[in-house]
Amino acid sequence: MLHLTISQGDGLPMYAQLIQQIKALIASGRLSADEELPSVRQLANQLVLNPNTIVRAYRELESDGLIYKKRGAGTFVSSNATPYTDEVCRRMLGERMDPLIVEALNLGYTLKQITELLSERWTAFQSNTATEEQGN
Amino acid sequence: MDSVIRINNLSHSYGKKIALHDVSFDIPKGRVFGLVGENGAGKTTLIKHMLGSLSPDSGSITLFGAEPTKDPTHVLGRIGYLSEDRDLPLWMRVSELMNYTRAFYPGWDESYAQKLLQQFRLSPGAKIRTLSRGEKARAGLLMALAHKPELLLLDEPSSGLDAVSRSEILGVVVRSVTEEGRTVVFSSHLLDEVERVVDDVAMIRNGKLELLMSMEDLRAHHQRRIVELPEGVDEFPALDYVIHAQGEGREWAVISHGEANATRHALEDLGARILDESVPSLNTVFIARVNGEQRVTH
Repeated sequence: MLHLTISQGDGLPMYAQLIQQIKALIASGRLSADEELPSVRQLANQLVLNPNTIVRAYRELESDGLIYKKRGAGTFVSSNATPYTDEVCRRMLGERMDPLIVEALNLGYTLKQITELLSERWTAFQSNTATEEQGN
Repeated sequence: MDSVIRINNLSHSYGKKIALHDVSFDIPKGRVFGLVGENGAGKTTLIKHMLGSLSPDSGSITLFGAEPTKDPTHVLGRIGYLSEDRDLPLWMRVSELMNYTRAFYPGWDESYAQKLLQQFRLSPGAKIRTLSRGEKARAGLLMALAHKPELLLLDEPSSGLDAVSRSEILGVVVRSVTEEGRTVVFSSHLLDEVERVVDDVAMIRNGKLELLMSMEDLRAHHQRRIVELPEGVDEFPALDYVIHAQGEGREWAVISHGEANATRHALEDLGARILDESVPSLNTVFIARVNGEQRVTH
């Protein structure tokens, strides 16, 4: 079962939230090549959402080449699906960094200080993940 | 596209009070149509016209090409209706109510009714009086659905219900479309629910049709921005396309409609800085439109 969540309120429209989450599932490998996606009907019933919202999300994912339809068989993940181009990755990470920059400026940090902190955290994070993997 | 409901210049008054004024729109087949508005805006009056329990003072309404007041059997047999106050006979048992309702509808599908009984976790022997609010709503929904109507009319179906029962009713709305290709008219003041399930939304305000568009267009044609006014400007100025602006001092939340660039340019010409731009929810658009006349609030 595809676990997607819709949040309501101002911000990303619901079809765009679906696109974002399905892209993330493809990028992380939780949806693999040629895996079948739920039908519009199934997903509409599951999420209690207007079916046309799902039709729109699938249509855009299809025109981006991330999924494909097989007549009478269903909708599947493309085998060469690359949800995020380098440009998109840069933009996504950049958007995450902006609030950090604002916070750093507010606290009077310099670029050098924040870069040092980032590399410290980076090293700490990687050694943590390594320990966890050994533990498993 | 085929229209299930056609409303032309419909007006209706209760004595001197105008309940609906010159309302016109069509509801296409197979769509989920949301009807929103403040309490007393005229939603229920409009639904009563669809059911033929009120007839227009002027203008006309047809369902399936017939006037509901003139041809009630043709029209009502094809409608499933659930009202806010449910109108169920409290002294009957669920099974008795099913037998009673079945008599009115040639299209009643008993095996489907039994399926719904299970799905809605209702016991046939229970007296309606003893049912919880949620169970009463589900019983009402069973009676509205078991004859497989072409049109489902839900007037504030979620009113006063817990989250589980509300989600069950919404599920029925969605399945009505995905499984049966039915047309649904859904009136609610719970705008998050409306936003999830409808294709089109009509907003009634003081008896008039304030807005009618597809949900998709509503999102594409409304913008919410947080802006910072230039130094020295403390009041938000009147701008075309701005429905509502709220704030004080220099920072304002601005809801606008129309082409996104038009308002952006007007704000930039003013020397305002746009701090954030997003797509407003139906709830935000609704509140902005209701408060719109004041234009600016503090």
